[in-house]
Parts: sequence; structure tokens; C-alpha cells
Amino acid sequence: MNFILHPLTLVTFFPLLGVLVLLFLKPEQKDAARWVALVTSLITFGISIAVLAQFVPSNPELQLVVNVPWIQVAGWNIAYHMGVDGLSILLLLLTTFLTPISILSTWTAVEERVKDFMIFFLLLEVGMVGVFLAQDLFLFYVYWEFTLVPMYFLIGIWGGPRRMYAAIKFFLYTMAGSILMLLAILWLGIQGGTFSVPELIAKGGIPAGVQTWLFLAFAAAFAIKVPMWPLHSWLPDAHVEAPTAGSVILAGVLLKMGTYGFLRFNLPLFPTAAVKLAPWVALLAVIGIIYGAMVSYAQQDVKKLVAYSSVSHLGFVMLGLFALNPQGIQGGILQMINHGLSTGALFLIVGMIYERRHTRDMDAFGGLWKIMPIYGALTLIVTLSSMGLPGLNGFVGEFTILLGAWEAGRDGGPLNSYLFAGFAAVGVILAAVYMLFMFQKLFLGPVTKEENRVLKDLNWREIATLAPLVVFIFWIGLYPRPFFVLISPAVSKLVGVLQVAAAAMP
Amino acid sequence: MTILDLLAIFPLTVLTGWAVLLIVADLFIPRDRKSLTAILAAAGLLVTLALALMQAGQERVAFNGMVVVDGFSIFLTVLFAASGLVGIALAYDYLKRMQIERSEYYILLLFSISGMILMASAADLIVVFMALELLSIPLYVMAGFARPRLDSEEAALKYFLLGAYAGGFVVYGVALVFGATGTTSLQSIVAVVTAGQANMTLMAVGAALILIGLGFKVAAVPFHMWTPDVYQGSPTPVTAFMAVGAKAGGFAALLRVFVVAFPSLSDDLTPVLWALAALTMILGNVVAISQSNIKRLLAYSSIAHAGYILMAIVPFGQQAVRSDAVASALFYLAAYAFTSFGAWAVVIALEKSEQKGLALDDYAGLGAKYPLLAASMAVFMLSFTGVPPTLGFVGKLYLFRTTLEGGFIGLSILGVLTSLVSAYYYLRVVVIMYMRSGEPQAHRERWVGLTVSTAAIATVVLSIFAGPLFSWASQAVLKLF
Repeated sequence: MNFILHPLTLVTFFPLLGVLVLLFLKPEQKDAARWVALVTSLITFGISIAVLAQFVPSNPELQLVVNVPWIQVAGWNIAYHMGVDGLSILLLLLTTFLTPISILSTWTAVEERVKDFMIFFLLLEVGMVGVFLAQDLFLFYVYWEFTLVPMYFLIGIWGGPRRMYAAIKFFLYTMAGSILMLLAILWLGIQGGTFSVPELIAKGGIPAGVQTWLFLAFAAAFAIKVPMWPLHSWLPDAHVEAPTAGSVILAGVLLKMGTYGFLRFNLPLFPTAAVKLAPWVALLAVIGIIYGAMVSYAQQDVKKLVAYSSVSHLGFVMLGLFALNPQGIQGGILQMINHGLSTGALFLIVGMIYERRHTRDMDAFGGLWKIMPIYGALTLIVTLSSMGLPGLNGFVGEFTILLGAWEAGRDGGPLNSYLFAGFAAVGVILAAVYMLFMFQKLFLGPVTKEENRVLKDLNWREIATLAPLVVFIFWIGLYPRPFFVLISPAVSKLVGVLQVAAAAMP
Repeated sequence: MTILDLLAIFPLTVLTGWAVLLIVADLFIPRDRKSLTAILAAAGLLVTLALALMQAGQERVAFNGMVVVDGFSIFLTVLFAASGLVGIALAYDYLKRMQIERSEYYILLLFSISGMILMASAADLIVVFMALELLSIPLYVMAGFARPRLDSEEAALKYFLLGAYAGGFVVYGVALVFGATGTTSLQSIVAVVTAGQANMTLMAVGAALILIGLGFKVAAVPFHMWTPDVYQGSPTPVTAFMAVGAKAGGFAALLRVFVVAFPSLSDDLTPVLWALAALTMILGNVVAISQSNIKRLLAYSSIAHAGYILMAIVPFGQQAVRSDAVASALFYLAAYAFTSFGAWAVVIALEKSEQKGLALDDYAGLGAKYPLLAASMAVFMLSFTGVPPTLGFVGKLYLFRTTLEGGFIGLSILGVLTSLVSAYYYLRVVVIMYMRSGEPQAHRERWVGLTVSTAAIATVVLSIFAGPLFSWASQAVLKLF
């Protein structure tokens, strides 16, 4: 029974303890609900730090593995199989890190049905952490689908005016992809006799033609989640309608589940198909980079602008992953973290101004720097980080990705053309354009609207929600080595698998 | 017939005997204490349930091979007896509240369950037909139980006419199979076919007619026309019982007859079943979208779920997949029973007299006012959709695995796509409950509440600890000859 007290079990299911406590609270006990949720998520974060402490960075294999039989009857071979390696350790930490921050951000923003909100939020954390740790396809799918339910309620109950539409669209879109993945999972389980990912990878030997189909079925689920162009249309709706904390988690973690899925399943399980389809995925990624940037530029609503910028940024991640070389994949993983931090922070920033003014229209603002200097300074840092200014985190990720894409672009490389890296570089410039444009409209120039003069600057709680993010923005930007150390052994192992497949191709 | 025969099917013997006794006993129960009949009926079902559980692991043939007791029949007997108990629990307060309390309800229910149990054990086409009628006729009466309410009478008449018509198809099918093989015993049919003495064309036509007749019972498209009207018009506990029990009864016969006796016809019948499953899933789910009455919505949903279960029967002719086909269908029937009874119980809790309180809009605000009821309903809707962690998800997974094992990738893709469609209307119920405001009125009744909470907890917990249910379903194999 010691799997129950295993660190990975604890980090996944500890939030349920908070849910249990919350169930006994009365609806009127709003502050109690907030504190229970915050403390629970902070303890969960603490457990994830303990996991990090036990994690050996130099080991490329899965660590802290817990593997006990779950359903082993009637031809099923399903196990409660969890583990963490270089591909997932940072995402685990990102999830447990962003959850308390998001909860803190709801302190005054969510006033209705606080208890229920916190219950759904903690349930969401269980699902998200589980997704990053599950090593059994069935278990993974359970976590993966389960995240839909709390997020659906978070958007649908606490969202904006078009919340019902956005919630259903979110649910149906994501489910559309994942059901195809479900069939592929079943197919793998029937053929391989197991749902264990490491065992299936070790077994290999799936014919190339079948690999392509399975790759596409998995990709359907993940590409919608990322979201890759042209499957992104649920994202702006979900983001705009979701409450701030929901947007932070949606952008910060849920989208990463898609990119992580490609990394964890598509690349090692179907390496031949991955090598074969890499240019196509990269093409969609680059279109996403440019398209997302251009649409962002056209937005009036700040939240929509940030939402579309995610399409662009995650295009970078996908390009990095499908460069299929160490730089590209490492950059991709780091950029997932960067995007979680920067875009999470941007959504918090948008939420803060929305809470004060109840509008997100850019024309309603201008010259905010004079009124809210702390807010302005923090926003500037986050904006610069998001557009990839050297010295901040975004630069490190994007630069590594571009290196990887360039390297993969040489003759005979997986991408076989320098154009991918070239167009992606254009995307970096476009990012600077729309981000600075937004900053200028909001913060610079004279104060255009009188009602903005009375806005209060950030209070301590709001600074406390942004400060940890800013610390990491600088840390990764100035000294990314500790992060790469965590990632690189596992990436080298993955690249090894891909190179074997590439070499075996005709 | 010997005493041994009766002992072999002891649960059925006891239940039928009990039902007959209850008719007599009921005469002496005063009119204002008819709930005593309900308690007695429930006691009979509990005894049946216990006896069936004691039979676990046995395999017997009785009545000269006309009836067989095996894992399959025991699994279903337990399911039917449990459904009967829920049928009583749901009706107990409902009948009083709607002022239609008559003790015949409980007695008819017992007879219908006897028919279902006999169906699960039938090893002869004649017995299949007998069981079909025994399970159906009480249901015809029960559908009209709310008379003189017009739509209840309409439901009874419609169900009766179409049910009788479907029964005709079954009889004619049996006759043709008899003509083709010279026997109605499943065992002998296999023997005659193996010996090459059967007229395969005639037998295929007969089997197809039986399929049509049973298709009516399980509400497969295009034989589903009666379902929405009957489900809507019948008193809701009857509907709930029909949706679970009668459907499972129909599938019991389909599985037994097709898997045991007709594998030799799979070349002809597999495409037919494929098309039936596909049509049922598509039409059930698509038409459900436009429903605004919860009973009609659940009626179309029950049609759709018949399609999913049919999917498992499509590979009935393949030796290797056969046991998974049976096991996955049984597992799904059990999963569906939990979810469906739960959902219907919520409907009963909210229903008011004169067919009020049944519109989807009457569910607005349920999440705020009755959090537990709404949360349970949300669980049932998610389970119907097939979202983990619910039994519906695990059950669908098993069905899809069977379909993939049989090599029907196209059908399984159709299955998941229609599940996606279904997500839309199931979620709409959730949307209305949680995201709109309203002043719903729910009845707080002990047995209905118990059914809702038990079903909700079971739907979630049994999906996480699915092992026992899996192994039970996989051991519920058909006795093959």
C-alpha cells in the first residue's frame, strides 16, 4: 500500500484533501474557502519541491516510479503507473506553482460561490498534475479528459457574458480531438498487450503506415489543445470568457498539456511518423506563429490580444519540438515554461485592470503609467519577457528554438529547409510589434480618460501574485543553466530514439 | 419436468411463485395500506437476488435443454432483480404523489422481471418468445398506469400495438429458423448447421426477422419509433424500468441467440448489425439535440445507447472476440443501469403532477438550490457522455475495444464521433442546471434520494475500482454447445 504515500501520488491527489475540507464549509464562509484552497495548493507546491529534491537531473530515465496493477482482468492490463523525468519535471513544478498564484488572484475577483470555485480549481489541479505524471495511457487519458470537467464549470459559471457558449465550445472542441486519441490508445493497448508507455516505446515495431495513423489520432487531441493553427478557434472564446484565474491556468498549464503530449507520446511512440511528418507540423507551427502575431495586432480587447499571442508562442514551442534535435526540444520545453510564466502574468495583469475598470478595451486606457507606476513597471517587464527581450526568459527559449530549427533546416535534416527558422524569426519581430503597441496604448502618452485618474495602484496581494513570476522571468533569462540541466539528459535520450528511427528510414 | 428442473432455475421459480402468491395476498391488504405490497414485492426480489448470487459459478441445463443456467444468465438475473428493486424504490412515493397508487404495479413488475430472467436463461427459441411476451405484457399495462391521463393511455396502446407487431416478427422468424433446421433448440440448430443439413438462406431470413423483433425491444433504429412517445407518456418509474430492464432483456436474447446459435450467419448478418448500430447511434444522438423535454431527451439517449451496445454484438461471429463481445455488452448494460436509473430518479424528484416539471428549463438553477441533486445529475450526464471518471466511460471503452478487436475501425470511429455529438445535449442539461438561474422545486423523498445518491457514488467509485465488475462481466460467459 505504500504507493499511496508515494511522493507522486501525494503531489497529484493532495488537493483532494482540500476539496474534502471545502465540502464541509458553508457557502457563506468565503474567506475560509479561499484560505483552505490557498494553503492546500501551497502544500502541494511544497510536495512538488520535495519531488524536485529527490529528482536526479543526470538520470535520463523515469524517476520516482510508482507502478502498481490497477485493472488486470478481462484482457485489460492497466496499471497505476506514474513517474517523472526531465520532460515533465518542470511542467509539474509550473502547475503547482501557478495554482496558488491563480488562487491568490481570485481573492477579490471571485465573490460568488467561492466554495464551489475553489473545489473545481483544486480538482483541476489534480487532473493537470496527473497528466504530466501518468505513464500509463489509460491513466493518462483519465486525467486528460477529467481536466475538461472542472475547467468547463470554471468558464461556464464564473465566466463573462458569453460563458455558456465558450464553455460548451471548449468542451466539445477538446473532446473532439481526444476521442480519436482514445481509439488510438485502445489500438495500442490491444496490439501491445499493455498501456504502459515505457513498455510500448521499448517494444516499438509499429509498421510505418500504422504509425502515421496513430500519430495523427494522437495529434488530433494534442493539436487542438495546443492549439495549433487552424484548430485554435476555441481558444480566444475560452480565454475571453474565462475568469482571470481560469485564463492563467488555461494558458499556463492546459495548453502545455498539448505540447507535452506531442513530446511524451507522439515523438517516442511513433518516431518514424514523427520524422516523416515533422515538416508538416513545423509548417503549421510557423503559420501559427505568423498568424497568431498578426491577429494579435488587430485586437482591441487586451485579453484577446494575449489569447492570440498564445497561438503564436505555442507555434514556437511546436517548431522547437519538431526540429527533433536537442536544441529544438530543449528550447521547446523551456519555452513552455516561459510561456506559462509570461502569459500567466499577462492574464493576471489584464485581470487586475479589468477588476478596476470592468473593460479591457485598449481605447479606454492611455497614460496609465503616471497613475499606476508599479503596475506599469511590472507590466513592462512581463511584456518584454513575452516578446523575447535578451536577459529575460522569453529570449532564451525562442533563441534556442530558432537555433534548433536552423540546425534542423540543413540539407537532409528533419525540416530540410531554413525557411522555417527564417519565418519564425519574423514572428519574433511581430511579437515585439504587437506587444509594444499594446503597452504604448495602455501606459504611455497622456491620460486620455478622466475616470482612469482615480485608479489605485497595485496592492500588496496583487504584487505578491506577480512578484514570484517576475523572479522566474529574470532567473531564466539571466541564468537558465539549472533549468537546462534538468531537461537535457531526458531530451538526449528522446533524440536518440528519433535518430534511430530516422536512420532506419529509406 | 422434474423437481430438479425447477431447482435449477430456483430464483425464477421463487420469483414467479411469489408474484402469484402476491396477487392473492394483495386481496387481503386494505386499500390504504398498499405500500405493504411494495415491501412484500421488494422482499421477493431480494430473495431472488440472493438466490441468484448463490448460484454463481454454476452451469446447468434444465427442461430438456430449453433453459440453461450459466454465468451469463446469473449476471443478468442479478441485474434484473436489482432493477426491479430500483423500480419499486422509484415508484414507492411517486405513485402516491401522483395519486395512482395501485398495488398491481408491484405485482406486474415482478412478472415482467420473471420474463426477463427467463429470457436470460432461454436456450430455445420458443422460450425466447415466451419470455419476450412475459416481460412485455406487464409493461404494456404499466405504461398505461396513469390512466385516465391521455398520454399514458396513448403510451400503453402504442407500446402494445408495436410490441405485438414486433412479437409477430419474432414468431415468424422462429418459424423460418425451424423450417430451415427442423429445430428451435439453440443447441440443435448449431448441430444441424455443423452437419450441413440446414437451409442457410431460410435461416438467415429467420434470424433477420428475430433481429427485427428484438430490435423493437431494445429500441434500435429504425425500430425505435415508439420509444419517445412511450417513454414520455408512461409514469416515470415505469419508463426508468423500461429503459433499463426491457432493454437489457432484449439484449439478453440478442446476445444469447446470435452468439450461440447464429455465428454461421455472420457473413450475412454482420453488415446488417453494423448498419443497425451505426444508424441507432447517429439518429439517437442527433435527434436528442433538439429535445426540450427531459423525458424525450433521455428516450433518445436510451436509443443512442442501444446503438453503442449493438456495436459490441457486431463481431458476434468471430471466435476470438466472442467472449469480449458478451462481456463488454454486459458491462455496459450494468454501467448504463446505474447511470440511467440515477438520471431517471432525478427526473422523478423534479416531476410535478400533470406532466409538469419535465421541461429542460425547469432544471434551471438546480445547481444553486439543490447542489447534491444537481451534482449527481451532472455525474450521470458525464457518464452518459463517457467522460472519466465515470462508469459510462469505462463501459464505452470496453465496447470500443471489442469493436476494434473485431476489426471494425470505421464503426468505432462513428461511435466516438456520435459520443461527441451526445456531449452537446448532455452538457446542455448541465449548463441549464448550473449556469442559468431559476427556482426549481424538488421533492425530497427517501427512496428516490437514496437511488440518486447510490447511483451517483457507484457511477464514480465503480469506475475507479472497476476491477471486480470487469472480472464479473468477463466471467459471465455463455454456455456454448
